[in-house]
Amino acid sequence: MNVMNATEPRELTYSEAIREAMDIALESDPRVVLMGEDIGVYGGAFQVTGDLVHKYGTDRVMDTPISELGGAGVAVGAALTGLRPIFEFQFSDFAALAMEQIVNQAAKLRYMLGGAVSVPLVMRFPAGSGTGAAAQHSQSIEAWLAHVPGLKVVQPSTPEDAKGLLLAALEDPDPVMIFEHKILYKSKGLVPAGHYTTPIGKAAVRREGADVSIVATSIMVHKALAAAETLAQEGIAAEVIDLRTVRPIDRETVLDSVRKTGRLLCVYEGVKTLGIGAEISAMVAESDAFDFLDAPIVRLGGAESPIPYNPELEKAVVPQVPDVLEASRGLVKGRL
Amino acid sequence: MPEAAMTDSNLPYALRTYSRDALVGALKKMFLIRKFEEGAEESYTRGLIHGTMHLSIGQEASAVGSCMSLTDSDKITSTHRGHGHCVAKNADLGRMFAEFFGKETGYCRGRGGSMHIADVEKGNLGANGIVGGGLPIAVGAALTAKRLGTGDVTICFFGDGANNEGAFHEALNMASVWKLPVVFVCENNKYGMSTSTERSTSVKNIAERAASYSMPGTTVDGNDFSAVAEAVDRAVARARAGEGPSLVENLTYRWRGHSKSDRNRYRTKEEIADWMERDPIKNMAKMLVAHKIVTTEEVTALEEEAENIIRDAIEFAANSPSPKIEEATRFVYTEEVA
Repeated sequence: MNVMNATEPRELTYSEAIREAMDIALESDPRVVLMGEDIGVYGGAFQVTGDLVHKYGTDRVMDTPISELGGAGVAVGAALTGLRPIFEFQFSDFAALAMEQIVNQAAKLRYMLGGAVSVPLVMRFPAGSGTGAAAQHSQSIEAWLAHVPGLKVVQPSTPEDAKGLLLAALEDPDPVMIFEHKILYKSKGLVPAGHYTTPIGKAAVRREGADVSIVATSIMVHKALAAAETLAQEGIAAEVIDLRTVRPIDRETVLDSVRKTGRLLCVYEGVKTLGIGAEISAMVAESDAFDFLDAPIVRLGGAESPIPYNPELEKAVVPQVPDVLEASRGLVKGRL
Repeated sequence: MPEAAMTDSNLPYALRTYSRDALVGALKKMFLIRKFEEGAEESYTRGLIHGTMHLSIGQEASAVGSCMSLTDSDKITSTHRGHGHCVAKNADLGRMFAEFFGKETGYCRGRGGSMHIADVEKGNLGANGIVGGGLPIAVGAALTAKRLGTGDVTICFFGDGANNEGAFHEALNMASVWKLPVVFVCENNKYGMSTSTERSTSVKNIAERAASYSMPGTTVDGNDFSAVAEAVDRAVARARAGEGPSLVENLTYRWRGHSKSDRNRYRTKEEIADWMERDPIKNMAKMLVAHKIVTTEEVTALEEEAENIIRDAIEFAANSPSPKIEEATRFVYTEEVA
């Protein structure tokens, strides 16, 4: 298949869409290199890079040693000097080993050097729970990195956005961190052919509604949409916003929705306290949209706990569709 | 390359390798580093500089000797003790001092200060405030050179303290596995802050670590300009020829404390005095005078010239404008975002 010449949108999985984006990038830009653990002949732990090594060779699809700190730093240095690396962490949890290079180097170099350099680095983080991999392979750490000025952080929820945000990240002169939910890798959706970009910093309204705004990230967008379908049958019109980018947050899309519905529910998988929902809530509370609120803001986030192994426990520590239903119903119960 | 100053094969490497101009230029740079550091210290004492600084007085031969065969497109990564590396890589002294003074005319427009001075156009990718932070970045720069076929070499300066960081081991391993054009130059000044290498490091010489990564490792007298230049030139040539990385360890000593907070409780006055006897600048001047490359009068004139350059640099910095307060968050992103 020639990735550049297809014309019609096709149904692809989320991981196929990411692979197609990397294929397009490798084909069109000789500066692009993929780096990561077992991304070559193995195809990546989640088969996202797949067979790209056979098309582009080991010089451009580079297996790194199991050296997250060093590998991330090599990617920073390469980006600083003219390559366009796409660095894959095998699991987002392993980024903890590389925080020095991400936080102290990639994020700060441009600022510390007074604008003399930029770091056009793309990092991919397979994230989230639901695979039975327990506490060290299931976290959602996007809020850690979203706290760091200098980074951009995105969380695609659909195959179309997974491809479009990756291609946008490659065009961005600054480091972009992409959190891909592992459970979404096999999800399917229509994906435009060829090269296109999904804007970083722009949320998407996935479903319109006048009664409650549900601001969700990543896999929680799908849970919110499933809940919205049930709520519609009960006469509750939920508006579902897919945040897509958690740094910088699309403030206007969120505030516009809250001004319309007067009710806000934040749904995210990361730990609830000091998470994305806290920021969204504070943003609303600090703005004129606060005056439009008819009910207290509600946050549904991950439990104050590592991710457990037992499948029932694992489900219990992150928001599920019934939680979204219950919270939404509670929010509109006292409808004015 | 211009003709070497001397040809006798019994002479020190530097004399039979570099032109007279190159040798005089190197001595001048060593004076500039010394005077820069002294000027920085004095400015601090006079309250013109805030924060802290890490002075490299006593380590001048390591910085200058290591960069002898580099071009402006070759890269270096540097450390928190990095002023000497900037000068060795041809930085502008006025812009260096301006950065020190936190001025808009500084290399980092006053956002970086002493620990982040970089000069990208001259191939200096910057000092680094994190011990070991520059090691993987240098390997990345070497990866770029290899992938794009630029022919550039990267010298990665780091201290003895960094050799016990994981980043050191990961970086050397990858550089070796991928056979990248990088030279790791360890400036072993005996102490990581207060902890001596004897107490912190399992090998006697840090260059022994090279064996673990299948690369040549050499330990030299880091206060001997010629010895440093010989070892690093050889490593640079090897890197440029596509034969992979090397590790060179320059044994040297910082005359001053780790930083301004240092009360020198971990080393003796005798030890410091002993190392001051082995002054790399005096060594270099003595060699050049002995072989009639320069006269003692010319050495004195070079030192005075360096003093004047530093005086002008300080004046430029003092008279430069500060960054605008409203631009405190500029340069976080290439295109500003909220």
